[in-house]
Amino acid sequence: MSYDVPVAPGDTPAEVQFGGGVDHGFPLWEVFVRAKRGLSHTHVGSIHASDAETAIQNARDGYTRRAEGVSVWVVPSKEIVASDDAESMFEPFEHKPYRHPTFYDIPKEVGQL
Amino acid sequence: MDARTEEERFNAIIDDDEKIEPRDWMPEAYRKTVIRQMAQHAHSEVIGMQPEANWIARAPTLLRKAILIAKVQDEAGHGLYLYSATETLGVSRGELQELLHTGKQKYSSIFNYPTLSWADIGAIGWLVDGAAIVNQIVLQGTSYGPYARAMVKICKEESFHARQGYSIMMTLADGSDSQKAMCQDAIDRWWWPSLMMFGPHDSESAHTAESMSWKIKRKTNDELRQMFVDQTVPQARYLGMTIPDPDLEFDEESGHWKIGEIDWEEFWSTIRGDGRLNRERIAHKVKAWEDGAWVREAATAYAVKHGMKLDKSA
Repeated sequence: MSYDVPVAPGDTPAEVQFGGGVDHGFPLWEVFVRAKRGLSHTHVGSIHASDAETAIQNARDGYTRRAEGVSVWVVPSKEIVASDDAESMFEPFEHKPYRHPTFYDIPKEVGQL
Repeated sequence: MDARTEEERFNAIIDDDEKIEPRDWMPEAYRKTVIRQMAQHAHSEVIGMQPEANWIARAPTLLRKAILIAKVQDEAGHGLYLYSATETLGVSRGELQELLHTGKQKYSSIFNYPTLSWADIGAIGWLVDGAAIVNQIVLQGTSYGPYARAMVKICKEESFHARQGYSIMMTLADGSDSQKAMCQDAIDRWWWPSLMMFGPHDSESAHTAESMSWKIKRKTNDELRQMFVDQTVPQARYLGMTIPDPDLEFDEESGHWKIGEIDWEEFWSTIRGDGRLNRERIAHKVKAWEDGAWVREAATAYAVKHGMKLDKSA
């Protein structure tokens, strides 16, 4: 369907340059929710808010309306430090199959190992 | 060492049915298409609150009112997930909102139709959200990761929307003659616009081929429309209501319901901005934003006063 709203015949779509605008809104926060006790907080999305306390409240309203969590973290998006996700970053591990238990053939008679 | 070019790597991810993530290299046209589609999807959720909010104060029972409030709140939440996903591509929320307010980006034309009776709230949940679910279930498999994840979360919530709508229709269909007539009238007005939600025929759809090859779209407009028709016709029959299409018939050979021709003139005219409520919807949205200015200013002042103000570039 078309949330990708089509252009009507004879119409010219507005030329839009993304990423050039200035945002006068609130800062952006990344939201992490612990689904239940015993599980880690997991990233679920982001939210705008003027301060940390409001960010927590907005995150609760936005991401846990159906008891999806028992705990929420918010982190200013600009504080996230991310890896360079080029393949070369993680490639070396593919050449070390001996790190995995299945690399070793152990006779059945040995039993649980 | 990675000897592949960025484009080869991108294509390999798509071919393997894996997801593209925000920091990956992607063709500019892919980025633009995903931004446009997610943004317009987000705008649709936000504008979609208006026709339903119109009935909150007039809901027939306290329970129906509480349900409708929860549903409209969900639509705001869906807008949030989608704006959040769009922002991963470096577009700001303010920028997206500006594009909506100035009409440079559109929203689904279904929301330019008025909600004239309580039965329309039932018809929207059942037909409009029903159509949205068919589309969104398939979009869970879209190739852009944040969009796919937003769809998973939205789909979980949409099922409630469709079922509460059908529940309203069942109550009316089981009621007095005038309630039955109200139910039929809503179906008569919402059936065709719901089918139009899937967009023009594949042969007329400019972006379909490219979006399919990039796996942004996973099924074509006509395929999705057919899925919706096949699941909805028996539901209308269960209500004892008539679908306003004299050409509707079951095709034994294909096992599908065949529909008559859609009034594309009405569809295009609504997209061009000449629908019944295009101007009113945007005017209302802009007014809500402007009326809320003092709240945003107060929140910022509070954050500054308590030394909590973060750099806006965050």
